Amino acid sequence: MKTISNCSRRGFLRQSFGAGAFVLGARFLPAPAHAALESAVFAPNVFVGVKSDGTVLIVASRSEMGTSSRTMVPLILADEMEADWKRVRIEQAIGDSKYGEQDTDGSHSIRSFFGVMQECGASARTMLEQAAAKEWNVAASECKASAHQVVHHPSGRRLGYGELAASAARLPVPDKSKLVFKKKSEYRYIGKDLPIYDLADITHGKAIFGMDAKMDGMVYASVEHSPVLGGKIQSVDDKEALKVRGVSQTVVIPDFKPPHAFQALGGVAVIADNTWSAFQGRKKLKIAWDEGENASFTSSEFRKKLQATARQPGKVVRNVGDVDKAFASAAKVLEAEYYTPLLAHAAMEPVVALADFRDGHCTLWAPVQNPQAAQDTVAAALGIDKKNVVCNVTLLGGGFGRKSKPDFCAEAAILSKQLNKPVKVVWSREDDMRFDYYHTVDAMYMKAGLDGAGKPVAWLQRTVFPSIDSTFSLGVTHGGAGELGMGFTDWPFAIDNIRAENGEAVNHVRIGWLRSVANIYHEFAIGSFADECAHAAGRDPKDYLLDLIGPPRIVDLKAQGVDYPNMGPIETYPVDAGRLRKVVEMVAEKSGWGKRALPKGHALGIAAHRSFLSYIATVVEVSVSADGKISIPRVDTVVDAGMIVNPDRVRSQFEGAAVFGTSIALMGEITATAGKIDQSNFHNYPVARINQAPVETRVYIVDSSEPPAGVGEPGVPPFAPALCNAIFAATGMRIRELPIGKQKLV
Amino acid sequence: MITLKVNGKSRQFDGDPDMPLLWYLRDVAGLTGSKFGCGMGLCGACTVHQDGVAIRSCVTPVRAVAGKEITTIEGLGEHPLQHAWAEFNVAQCGYCQVGQIMQAASLLKKTPKPTDHDIDAAMMGNICRCGTYQRIRAAIKSAAKEQA
Repeated sequence: MKTISNCSRRGFLRQSFGAGAFVLGARFLPAPAHAALESAVFAPNVFVGVKSDGTVLIVASRSEMGTSSRTMVPLILADEMEADWKRVRIEQAIGDSKYGEQDTDGSHSIRSFFGVMQECGASARTMLEQAAAKEWNVAASECKASAHQVVHHPSGRRLGYGELAASAARLPVPDKSKLVFKKKSEYRYIGKDLPIYDLADITHGKAIFGMDAKMDGMVYASVEHSPVLGGKIQSVDDKEALKVRGVSQTVVIPDFKPPHAFQALGGVAVIADNTWSAFQGRKKLKIAWDEGENASFTSSEFRKKLQATARQPGKVVRNVGDVDKAFASAAKVLEAEYYTPLLAHAAMEPVVALADFRDGHCTLWAPVQNPQAAQDTVAAALGIDKKNVVCNVTLLGGGFGRKSKPDFCAEAAILSKQLNKPVKVVWSREDDMRFDYYHTVDAMYMKAGLDGAGKPVAWLQRTVFPSIDSTFSLGVTHGGAGELGMGFTDWPFAIDNIRAENGEAVNHVRIGWLRSVANIYHEFAIGSFADECAHAAGRDPKDYLLDLIGPPRIVDLKAQGVDYPNMGPIETYPVDAGRLRKVVEMVAEKSGWGKRALPKGHALGIAAHRSFLSYIATVVEVSVSADGKISIPRVDTVVDAGMIVNPDRVRSQFEGAAVFGTSIALMGEITATAGKIDQSNFHNYPVARINQAPVETRVYIVDSSEPPAGVGEPGVPPFAPALCNAIFAATGMRIRELPIGKQKLV
Repeated sequence: MITLKVNGKSRQFDGDPDMPLLWYLRDVAGLTGSKFGCGMGLCGACTVHQDGVAIRSCVTPVRAVAGKEITTIEGLGEHPLQHAWAEFNVAQCGYCQVGQIMQAASLLKKTPKPTDHDIDAAMMGNICRCGTYQRIRAAIKSAAKEQA
């Protein structure tokens, strides 16, 4: 349900589009089924304008962090509008509820905005055709838009979009029912490999990231936070800090009030005339902290607690048949425990924000995934109205979920208000790693009962993890339906008796979303345990996986009593076992599963997973040397993400997911001692480098006309189990905890 | 007072001589193409050239480059690597890519026809969290061909 209105005469757009420009705004009103699942905001979300010189301006309301949203969402509109992409200019939206939802996460930019962009483009094209018809005094049906102009076919007359802009602006917006959309075969850009809009700026060092934002009169700030979450300042001695050349003063940022959510962490800011002096000044601060109750948190102890919980019955979140009865009669029972640690996002650009507070208004320049959350957070921190916060979105030097949490924007805003000048808060790598919103730690317990033929007849799984909900609410003890619905309650097992349980856990650090979120730990355990069952049954892991998925069918989780939010309307995006089967079959074929001759020490592993409404199967080839060194010569991944806008950018996301997955599987681990994070930089929190990453990742996209689904995240979950299954095939060693790196393989 | 040459232009700096070159370039000289990633020479985002050779500007004090010729991405000029980067659509978020290109340019200068092993050895100090490595490797090889 969308409505489009002609807003050419709205003053606020003139500045951007120029007088006489033809501007369309669209409102995106989610369907009722959606509304129950998402906190919908009924407001315009996308604008397109044509300038009189023919330049088409398209507003990107999504943030760019590497997934190409900023290019691909506007591209849909441009294609439908018959605009020449070379004459399109992308304008990055500020945070504003008029654009609708702006949180660039959850791999949903394309799927949530495809329809609205299409409609906006078709409306613009239709109005330009009508304007030409009026100009020529002919029937609109004789006028056809094509490549930035409208052609009157009987006479061969042509008018460019720029020439038609002023008259199109005076026309009413056509009713949606009257719009004619382009056929798939008529697309100029959708389905083609197009480069991202900012590529040349990036390779020439001209692209502006948050770290590059500047303003006249700006000062730099570096903030010392409590080393333990929730710690409070007892005393500050800044004498030595103030002696550092370039340092002008220090400012105390007040403590947050629990729950911490996106509030500034609190601490002591050192203000200087350059970043380095601010960093240096910080080293000279002497602060005594009251560390508070989270100083009791030591991750090695916490792990034992989680694992003990996972061995006990938890809250039942999915129950099919009677597992206890089935276990009692099973021919063979398997049990295994899995564990994954806390992870940091470690985007290449540490978090950073520039704020300018004056006359009750705050202007931000920041690399944020969610500019409206930045507005809310800053408004709350300053005690001003949200409408008085303007959040400009720069390019993001990586995000992976970290930059959807705008705590750093609040810091900059608080300091700017205090100092009465623009302030840029720059986090060091150490800050970024020690004060992250971590991907949570998880302990899982798995139990399967197999019949005499090795077929699973009972499946019990438990997951125990501090929930992301604890970031926003106090007293949270269990995972939310959203987290549990990420690969735990929704796995389409074709097993008669299934029980899934969630045990209690509390948090001691800030927990947040990281690329593919709870799917990471759930699929690590399930994808690995499926392989364990296959080997116990003496079956080929790929065949066993297909049997586990079962016949093509729609899995009705609601009928199984599962509180399952899905990531989109369940009618549009059902849990389709047939699509999951298909990617498994295809990846087996493409990877040469069971057929490809492999060198000594090499082996293949497989895993498949549905997340963010996409279906992915991955085969990893591992090489384990005689002394236990792992390398990854090749990865094959099949992607069924429904309809695709840009195949090259889809491939790039899955290439990247294999590298991200490598980091998680081989080396990612955040630990804490007495509440303090032990890691600080890339020497003790390594991420995959060129010599460690998969040498070659081959991505195959299922040709599909299904509605578009997620791309940025779903490549990550199947990677670690596929790799670990390959290691088992190569060495006989079963990996049940991550990272692999600290374990001896031979 | 320190005199250094940045992108062919002589510059004077009277600030703290211990300031890392990166922060001089970014905050003082206003050249923001070189990026801050780690501050410890671990990630390569800050890579610039000193007399044509890649260095990590985040751990190089300004005093150490007095009288040296510094080249940043702003002074690299049109390089075959940039064309190759476009040919292979290497960049995702793009933040590390300037450092990657500066490192690769230094590699190609010394080793015009690098093998996979040469590329890994030269590029392993440059982290790309988006994971564009296989395209980086392909682009470097393509640029090497273009140069030949």
